[in-house]
Amino acid sequence: MRVGVVGVQGDVAEHVAAVERAGDRRGLNVEGVAVRNAGVVPDCDALTLPGGESTTISRLLHRRDIAPEIVDHTAAGKPLFATCAGLIVVSRDARDNRVETLNLMDVTVDRNAFGRQRDSFEAHLDVTGLDEPFPAVFIRAPTVAEADSDVESLATIDGRPVAVREGPVVGTAFHPELTDDFRLHDLALLDPLTDDS
Amino acid sequence: MAEPTDLEDLRRGTDLVKRGFARMQQGGVIMDVVTREQARIAEDVGAVAVMALEAVPADIRKRGGVARMPDPANVEEIIDEVSIPAMGKSRIGHRMEAEILEALGVDMIDESEVLTPADDRYHIDKREFTAPFVCGARNLQEALRRIDEGAAMVRTKGEAGTGDVNQAVHHQRNIKGAIRQLTGMNHEEREKWAREHEAPAHLVHETADMGRLPVVNFAAGGIATPADAALMMYHGCDGIFVGSGVFGAEDPEHMGTAIVDAVNDWDNPEALAKVAGAAGSGMKGESNASLPEEERLQDRGV
Repeated sequence: MRVGVVGVQGDVAEHVAAVERAGDRRGLNVEGVAVRNAGVVPDCDALTLPGGESTTISRLLHRRDIAPEIVDHTAAGKPLFATCAGLIVVSRDARDNRVETLNLMDVTVDRNAFGRQRDSFEAHLDVTGLDEPFPAVFIRAPTVAEADSDVESLATIDGRPVAVREGPVVGTAFHPELTDDFRLHDLALLDPLTDDS
Repeated sequence: MAEPTDLEDLRRGTDLVKRGFARMQQGGVIMDVVTREQARIAEDVGAVAVMALEAVPADIRKRGGVARMPDPANVEEIIDEVSIPAMGKSRIGHRMEAEILEALGVDMIDESEVLTPADDRYHIDKREFTAPFVCGARNLQEALRRIDEGAAMVRTKGEAGTGDVNQAVHHQRNIKGAIRQLTGMNHEEREKWAREHEAPAHLVHETADMGRLPVVNFAAGGIATPADAALMMYHGCDGIFVGSGVFGAEDPEHMGTAIVDAVNDWDNPEALAKVAGAAGSGMKGESNASLPEEERLQDRGV
């Protein structure tokens, strides 16, 4: 199966490596493809939206006409896993007119919700559906400020949701692709893909 | 329902958090800015971060004298102006300038040869900081020494303020070439290489095993046009710093936009041709070959 890593800016190589290793671990043949132009997303079974700078990423997604293809992808019910800046990009509203969001999830997010880089952190995070805590890396991370009732909160810090699911879209405020723990890749991408087949 | 995590249980300033920050900058352009107005333009044209300094390198060259960290009031204005990360330059070996920048909330500190070095023998011990650092390097051994001191990102030194990309290419080729050499060596040859090049052996092995630097590797120094930026991406850099190239250009907005687009389309000549055509003319610059040795910035802090 083919997982497109929307790769206009950010930790794209890390996402490509993570989806392929997550697949290997389950004996699945997963090909990670960095997507920098329009025309590739329609051929992908699933997508990930990496971390990076949400202002830069959202601007490039629209300029390069990849944005409408991502909207069509999730409208067709295909899985999308968005991390950090990716979560901001898929939200309904980032409460900041510098980011043009894709409105794929009924959440509003606060950018840089924990502060600047000096406030970035690692934490062991309890996540719904996982038996053991997840090693979560937060880098100038957002949090979910408001969520509609059809959005499931999977984890919180200080009462604020930092992992959410709505239909085929899973978003985390942290970076599973920077660790060797692929349980969230399973939950967001590989479980839905293998259920369908 | 998952157990909530409290704010007391968080670990800040770890290697993973510092190097992870640098990873989020990949595929991006980090622009030197002197004023909040320039910072605004940089964010609007798609920079991933801005770098605060008191004058762009070309002006530092012209002006002469001692070049120091930017004015804290100015750094605060720049931090307030943009939502993207704001970085700041400290002098090599000037721990207190770095501490001031960290206290101001700067997201990454550039311990930079563009400013006048404060210590001619030691760099800052960067492991002790919560803020991540980027440092310049002319070759692999310099890069590994900086990483050993705690740098979370490495960039080429190039020759800042010249608008001549020649030295950035030279440095990137040095780094890539040495890594290719190391990957073909066995354990004892790598150990010998480390001794001969005064490089930390554990990082020599790690780099050889990975086939790349263990941290993100950007280009810097003399990048003045979209084609220069694309050239550095072709040479395997993870992203680009532009110093005088944007705000020294005829039209900074057009040049800034074009360099951002060029980094994204570096391997697509048709797109690059369009991008370069929209850039306007670049900074005038000064050839490296005409620089007297005492004016070379890259030999500082090796």
